[in-house]
Amino acid sequence: MRRIRRVSLVDIILLAIRVVVAIGVVIGTYATLSAGKLTWEQWRDLLIFGVAQGSVYALIALGYTLVYGVLLMINFAHGDVFMFGGMTAFFVADALGSSGFLDANPIVGMAIVLVVAMVSSAAVAILLERIAYRPLRRAPRLVPLITAIGASLFISNSVRGLYGEQVKAYPQLKILVGKFEIFGVGILKTHVVVIVSALVIMAALYWFVEKTRTGRAMRAISEDKDTAALMGINVDRTISITFAVGGMLAGAAGVLYAIVFNQVHWFMGFLPGIKAFTAAVLGGIGNIIGAMLGGLTLGVLESIGPNLLLSGLGVPSPNQLRDVVAFSVLVLVLIFRPYGILGRPENR
Amino acid sequence: MAHMLQLDDVHTYYGNIHALKGVSLEVERGEIVTLIGSNGAGKSTTLRTISAIQRPREGRVLFEDRELQQMPPHDVVKLGIAQAPEGRHVFARMSVYENLQMGAFSRPGVSITADVARVYDLFPRLKERRTQKAGTLSGGEQQMLAIARALMAHPVLLLLDEPSMGLSPILTEQIFAIIADINAQGTTVLLVEQNAQMALNVAHRGYVLQTGRIILSDTAANLAANQQVRQAYLGEI
Repeated sequence: MRRIRRVSLVDIILLAIRVVVAIGVVIGTYATLSAGKLTWEQWRDLLIFGVAQGSVYALIALGYTLVYGVLLMINFAHGDVFMFGGMTAFFVADALGSSGFLDANPIVGMAIVLVVAMVSSAAVAILLERIAYRPLRRAPRLVPLITAIGASLFISNSVRGLYGEQVKAYPQLKILVGKFEIFGVGILKTHVVVIVSALVIMAALYWFVEKTRTGRAMRAISEDKDTAALMGINVDRTISITFAVGGMLAGAAGVLYAIVFNQVHWFMGFLPGIKAFTAAVLGGIGNIIGAMLGGLTLGVLESIGPNLLLSGLGVPSPNQLRDVVAFSVLVLVLIFRPYGILGRPENR
Repeated sequence: MAHMLQLDDVHTYYGNIHALKGVSLEVERGEIVTLIGSNGAGKSTTLRTISAIQRPREGRVLFEDRELQQMPPHDVVKLGIAQAPEGRHVFARMSVYENLQMGAFSRPGVSITADVARVYDLFPRLKERRTQKAGTLSGGEQQMLAIARALMAHPVLLLLDEPSMGLSPILTEQIFAIIADINAQGTTVLLVEQNAQMALNVAHRGYVLQTGRIILSDTAANLAANQQVRQAYLGEI
């Protein structure tokens, strides 16, 4: 007997969405390219900018994915962990910059700023886990989610109260002004530094998770907490380490973000935080390579997408709509591939 | 001298479910002790309570005069108590070799080469599959891996949860021969089994668990001859 699946109204609507999105993408792209709205050099710069901001998203997304891996929980305060690192490092960078140290010893100076950001973000992440999440470890999954939103508001508003609402400009490094010539292509030095740093940090993380004892413990916990404990793994401590590692990545992202956009402020964690979450979902939440790919993909889509899809359709100033493109991606991923590019369908 | 392991009137709950209703048992050094009983009798809960994964609400768990019931589970492992949970609790996304590495987690800084060679000797199938992800192994191979992984901890007391589950009769024979072998080399074994026949063959003493209570305890030979046991667990009418 053959079973015929009934086509429901939902199926029809989903199909319609697919068709509309596909047609929109094709027509928009065709219109933009045939009208020759942007030169090849402009597209190339958009792509490089996309990769630069995408590598910042990827670093933040890794924090979401690591924590989700061990606790099956979305740490919605993670964007504020990122903000905290960027803000704390600002004061160090500002002091080093105005004393002239940063331009005299740019490498040492940047290393100090980066370490300060990573340490302070890691400290906030550890405290966050210890105070806000650990007591709720056995609570229903919705409860820590609400706590996370509360913690997010607490951190961002504490920083606002302590350091004020105004946007703070990061000191610009003299050696980062201008462009590098790479294979005859001029690329902003800041973009090169951000992309290379992010790649190095991600490679280090991958090595840590795959090859070290603590990394193996993290993977064991993400598969089966009780059995991990039976191996002699200190589960609570490993979870703390996971938060610390995620925090360090977020702190580094805070500095790289400041290098790309030249500014920090108390609310800067919100949008990049949610976009990095989008990136983590896009790549497959819980999957480390997925978070890296998701971040880069989202960064590029956000940079190229509005121009490619919208400018040909006659939409004025398409770059204002970059957030719309980013979150449309989130909605479409959640509808059509909720487990992401590399994730597995969840069968819990 | 005290018992190696002693459970003293242990009550364990899952939420409001009273899973162990006052379990008392002893294991002496060098023994194989088996805990038999039907599904849901509380056998696995007993092992989880010993490993401190589950906290008893009342009663004491003593290992060489130390109380385990308030210890974190990773400290229990450091005392030399390793548990091989049912085979589906291998780390599916890790390779066979990485699973063995995890088994030796409680002994940091020690070379595991010799131990890996030893468990590959016991289970040649694992050697063939050492780079494969554990999730791709057959049920029997996963069972072997769970046991091999526990051996990597060099336990003085080995807790085995249903080692014959899902195995063919031939493999079951092999596993029980290995258990006897491990015991002969000086490891004390507490064995939880539904296959009462095989368990009583290999064990020195046994306990019968029914709905969270010990209803019988005797030497393995006497239990195997006991009319009640024969009817309830050895399939006699």
